[in-house]
Amino acid sequence: MAEQAQVHPLGLRHHFNNLDQQLEAGTMGMWVFLVTEIMFFGALFCSYAIYRSVYPEAWALGSHLNSSTLGAAMTVVLLMSSLTMALGVRSAALGNQRVVILMLSLTIVLGLAFMGMKGFEYYHHFEDKLVPGYDFSGYHGAHAGPVQMFISFYFIMTAIHATHMVVGVGLLSVMIWMTSRGRFNRQYYAPLEITGLYWHFVDIIWIFLFPMLYLVDLHK
Amino acid sequence: MSTTPLVPPQSEVKKNYLNAGYGIKSWLLTTDHKRIALLYLASITFFFLIGGLFALLIRLELLTPAGDLVTSETYNKLFTMHGVIMIFFFLIPSIPATLGNFLVPVMVGARDLAFPRINLLSWYLFVIGGVLAIYSMMAGGVDTGWTFYTPYSSVYSNTHVVVMIIGIFVAGFSSILTGLNFIVTIHTMRAPGMTWFRLPLFIWSNYATSLVQILGTPVVAITLALVAIERVFKLGIFNPTLGGDPVLFQHLFWFYSHPAVYIMVLPGMGVISEIISAFSRKRVFGYEFVALASIAISILGFLVWGHHMFVAGESVYSALSFSFLSFLIAIPSAIKVFNWTATLHKGSISFDTPLLYAFGFIGLFTVGGLTGLFLASLGLNVHVHDTYFVVAHFHYIMVGGTVMAYMGGIHYWWPKISGRMYPEGWGRLSALLVFVGFNLTFLPQFVVGYLGMPRRYHAYPPEFQIWNVLSTAGATVLGLGYALPLIYFFWSARYAAKAGPNPWGASGLEWQIDSPPITENFEVTPVITGPPYDYRKVLPQEEPVG
Ligand SMILES: [Cu+2]
Repeated sequence: MAEQAQVHPLGLRHHFNNLDQQLEAGTMGMWVFLVTEIMFFGALFCSYAIYRSVYPEAWALGSHLNSSTLGAAMTVVLLMSSLTMALGVRSAALGNQRVVILMLSLTIVLGLAFMGMKGFEYYHHFEDKLVPGYDFSGYHGAHAGPVQMFISFYFIMTAIHATHMVVGVGLLSVMIWMTSRGRFNRQYYAPLEITGLYWHFVDIIWIFLFPMLYLVDLHK
Repeated sequence: MSTTPLVPPQSEVKKNYLNAGYGIKSWLLTTDHKRIALLYLASITFFFLIGGLFALLIRLELLTPAGDLVTSETYNKLFTMHGVIMIFFFLIPSIPATLGNFLVPVMVGARDLAFPRINLLSWYLFVIGGVLAIYSMMAGGVDTGWTFYTPYSSVYSNTHVVVMIIGIFVAGFSSILTGLNFIVTIHTMRAPGMTWFRLPLFIWSNYATSLVQILGTPVVAITLALVAIERVFKLGIFNPTLGGDPVLFQHLFWFYSHPAVYIMVLPGMGVISEIISAFSRKRVFGYEFVALASIAISILGFLVWGHHMFVAGESVYSALSFSFLSFLIAIPSAIKVFNWTATLHKGSISFDTPLLYAFGFIGLFTVGGLTGLFLASLGLNVHVHDTYFVVAHFHYIMVGGTVMAYMGGIHYWWPKISGRMYPEGWGRLSALLVFVGFNLTFLPQFVVGYLGMPRRYHAYPPEFQIWNVLSTAGATVLGLGYALPLIYFFWSARYAAKAGPNPWGASGLEWQIDSPPITENFEVTPVITGPPYDYRKVLPQEEPVG
């Protein structure tokens, strides 16, 4: 590696001295971006937590309007997509480009399946007239105001999460294209690794959303 | 890029980042941090003029006690748009996006920022946000105040709140991306030998600023997005009719918007450190303390937001804590002021324009900081809450602090940016006019605020008129002081004397390269062997050419 001095390594951009520096910068850039994402979701989580402590009964009632079975199924699908993502990055490290493409495609399929289930769930809320600000006449229980707020949080948080999934699917498609064009080799697959970081982060956000929106006071 | 001849032609014009390409595409698609800095410079100057126009109309209305020039509805829109434009589209990007963009890679010894294309993206996001804000103003404007307090903004206001919020949201991401780029660049792209405690203080303060940008901006982005969502879909996040809490909005808003003051003033402090050192030809006294004070300010800055809400129904205990923490944050700022003064002590001082602006900064920032202590104390805060005392206080910080430093910095680095000197005599006159005009504008507002004149009204009792006349007169002088540099900088870019690499005889990597620098900044990657501001090593005969 050291004696290839004159050869321009695959993927090295002109303002970096070497691939190590470039990878360090790229990885750190994604981590810093994820920190901003944590603050972005953090403000939502914080508002959610404050209202939950003010309206505990309404939050429990609202949570029962979402199907915890469907939520659990979505969680499983998303965790599997994280597994295929991790396997994709590992195949890149081994230089097995065909497996990379297979694994990334599987990740996209699982991501789309998740969003399909999410769309199904949205559809049911419209059917059941449980859409705050539009038609909430399907709800007849107690604490109608705060329950409406809970469902508002449900829609806002899951919609923002789904937006991140759409971005992730876009990134994965670019990665598949780059892999098929031979842009990566065993030394250089940093964009893939960084895309993986992003995808796992979006999954972790869901790991928090699932209990917050589906499992409040499940025993009641 | 394309074909480069093996032997460079022996022409008199040396290659630099300005003549590296002509034509609109070479600017709009550039990834050179120096060109992007100039794109930002042009855009924020444009927004400064618009914001200044609103300020002019406000001062004209307040010339007489009766509300005669504009209706109260129009007046509400004027102060809202003055605030929104000046804060989100001028002050926040001012120093980091222009001087920071230009200097951060050079000062750490790198060829560019870590992510040049993201840097360009950030400028485009800024422009898109700005276009949306201008659209919202042309469609009829916004009247909520720049603070967008709910439920007025989310339910009752009949103005173009949603478009304005989308504009701020998009521009917010441009700010986040600038901060991200700086942090990664400072961590991973320092030249060999450039250890953390060899970094110029401008880098330290921009690093601290970037921390606030990446941690605070996402919070205000989602908060304003919630207001827009609530407005469009009629939800109840902050609306009490469904059980929402408008005070929660204020908490989330100020969680960003107090630290935002440090996004504005921390880079200014970095500029002042550079100028004070260069014009007294001494190492900054207590370098480590000044550096770490920046970090302390950015951390403590996140713990004081409640001082905006002492009368908004905050509990006594949180009010006490926020009051205490607000006093505490004065300490790192004071460390800086004392260390600058100590740097000047026994220095060989030359009173050029940048130093005059820096003196202006120190004086005005100190007044702004000390009146901030008045406002941090609970009893006095209740007395002067929402009066012109508060307006005067934050203008001393934002205009007396940030804009003074920005002007000083532009003058100091203009020879590097343009390759030419500005006219020194006119420069000194502008610094004088800005200082006198500023004080004449805002000192009377302390008095009239203390006497009880509330902010955000277009009419007031006749006994307050004298103070308002003084203030409007001062604003005229201030406007003149800002207009002068706008004219002579344009003039000097073409006609003024060539600057040479180091017209000030200053230390620092940026003064060891050409003016203007080449696209790659350095012919060979520099190796750093000693501490910054080592004026024993800089030759004294390198006097200004102009
Ligand atoms: Cu504050």
